[in-house]
Amino acid sequence: MEHGTQNSDPVVSNRTMEIVVAGLFALVAIVVMADSVRVGNGWGSDGPKAGYFPFYVGLIMLVSSLATLAVNIWRHSGERTAFVEKHQLALVLQVLVPSAVFVALTAFLGIYLSAVLFIAFFMHWVGKYPLKTILPVAILVPAGLFVMFEIWFLVPLPKGPVETMFGF
Amino acid sequence: MPEREGNLEALGSLIHGFGVLADPMNIAYMFIGITLGVLIGVLPGLGGANGVAILLPLTFSMSPTSAIIMLSCIYWGALFGGAITSVLFNIPGEPWSVATTFDGHPMAQKGHAGEALTAAFTSSFFGAFVAVLLITFLAPVIAGFALRFGPAEFFAVQLLTFCSFVGMGSESPFKVLCAMMLGFALAAVGLDSVTGELRMTFGSVELLRGFDFLIAVIGLFGIGEILLTMEEGLAFKGKSAKINAKVVWETWKSLPRYWVTAIRGSIVGCWMGITPGGATPASFMSYGLAKRFSKNRQNFGNGEVEGVVAPETAAHAAGTSALLPMLTLGIPGSPTAAVLLGGLLIWGLQPGPLLFVEQKEFVWGLIASMYLGNIAGLIVVLTTVPVFASILRIPFSIIAPVIVVICAVGAYTVHNAFLDIVMMLVFGVVGYVFKKLSYPLAPLVLALVLGDMAESSFRQAMLVSQGDLAIFWSNPLVGSIVTLALVMLFWPVISALLRKRQSRQDGGTEVIPVK
Repeated sequence: MEHGTQNSDPVVSNRTMEIVVAGLFALVAIVVMADSVRVGNGWGSDGPKAGYFPFYVGLIMLVSSLATLAVNIWRHSGERTAFVEKHQLALVLQVLVPSAVFVALTAFLGIYLSAVLFIAFFMHWVGKYPLKTILPVAILVPAGLFVMFEIWFLVPLPKGPVETMFGF
Repeated sequence: MPEREGNLEALGSLIHGFGVLADPMNIAYMFIGITLGVLIGVLPGLGGANGVAILLPLTFSMSPTSAIIMLSCIYWGALFGGAITSVLFNIPGEPWSVATTFDGHPMAQKGHAGEALTAAFTSSFFGAFVAVLLITFLAPVIAGFALRFGPAEFFAVQLLTFCSFVGMGSESPFKVLCAMMLGFALAAVGLDSVTGELRMTFGSVELLRGFDFLIAVIGLFGIGEILLTMEEGLAFKGKSAKINAKVVWETWKSLPRYWVTAIRGSIVGCWMGITPGGATPASFMSYGLAKRFSKNRQNFGNGEVEGVVAPETAAHAAGTSALLPMLTLGIPGSPTAAVLLGGLLIWGLQPGPLLFVEQKEFVWGLIASMYLGNIAGLIVVLTTVPVFASILRIPFSIIAPVIVVICAVGAYTVHNAFLDIVMMLVFGVVGYVFKKLSYPLAPLVLALVLGDMAESSFRQAMLVSQGDLAIFWSNPLVGSIVTLALVMLFWPVISALLRKRQSRQDGGTEVIPVK
């Protein structure tokens, strides 16, 4: 195998992931078709009903996902190749988890303050930067965005209690 | 000789168009647009479509001609800018510059960044130039022709676009279909504009708006890309670009060697831009073709100049010619063209065949600006690369959170909705998984963009024929487009059958490789 580095335990194999994703596609397809049947997938008094087109979209998706599913169930060659290895997953989560927290914080603190916290945390945690590097970046980037969007382009972004305090 | 007269008329109109550009303010807007566009193209997640959408309100005070000149120049700039990050950082700033990373980045790793960038910009310029020539002479003809189009013809054109993804893609056709249908399904979410019925909203008020393709683009390409880059272990280091007159001159001297690749790339690009397959598949297709026909096939992916020329000519030709169906048929050939179309409607201009009759000055001013805008673009990028590169030569642990924040800002500004930021993150994970399992992203996004339009032309066609599919073969024009589409759709099966037949004819004789 190519990925012969340390900690390269596969978390999940490519084949499993193919089957899971194809299965999810089939599920989405069924939801699409069911909802199309609900709103009507046939011919109404004034032409095609709302579900006419999406029904076939769902049908094509179902057939194609089942084909992918079948190919992967019968074929065993992909069994051993890893979809993601342990250390890779750890790195991906290193970005994904803080990003998710940032998005959640945006709902409460507004986008600017959340951005300051997110950038500062990430630089400290992943980049191990000293405070004198972190502070200018974490403050100037959101400040720059503020000037660009709120002042130049007059596009309002989500703001929180701190911005309200300053009268924005 | 009606054709000759038509060409002469086009030339006359074009000269008139250059007259419109004589206003120094329009030239200034052109340079501002290019610079903003390059910046937008350079920042991952802040794509051309998104950039144009955000900057659209700025242009409301301008005349429609000045506004479209500036917006289209942002578009050219974004097309150029995508190449910078691809070559120097292995991160495509735009989906259509993904193929440029294959050879552009290895060249930069070997210390040939300046050559790679010069080749990329010059071929971009070449591709765009061919496309503009095509627009100049073909647009009036198509516009005249399209005055006769009905819903069945419009649907046939869209069908052809989607079927060519299946036939021409390198991925499993089933995966292409799955990804594409997901795009259509997402496009169908929300209020059905014909019947007023709610589809797939499941009682959620937020889902009433449906899914915007901009959110999907930012998530799939912006966030998904960051996750993939991160997975590769923070190997995100920019290469320095030394571009000076000598490097540019040396590269220019070597480029005529790739004239076949450049012309083929332009043809693929123009075709995909018009059909409207878009710049992304065009760049991949052109790269694939160049690899297949190149003498240095084995060197592709290790830093072959031809591997930069091919996707860049095609991407720029496609990006430019995408405006042809937008102007003549009202069908945008690319996501960014779709946003530009939105702009035209806001200014009270109806894109479509009549535009060439009723808004001559506007149309020809725009076409003339395509010539000058691309020259301006080439000058701007060749002189400012070190500036843009130095902004970006920042370690990944700094740039990653900044890109995530910019993506979030971009996602939010589309509809001023918080849920869109959450959706962006979800699309990011989807993009990451799809990339790893080689589900193609481009058909998904294009189905999301054109879904409503394709559905409404299909329904109108069905309404005309009272549900009889025979309407798609009711005249030679629509019949041949639909038949071609079906050939494209079943191309994987057809080519497999042809191969089988070929090998049977060879009948057991051993195939001797020809040297």
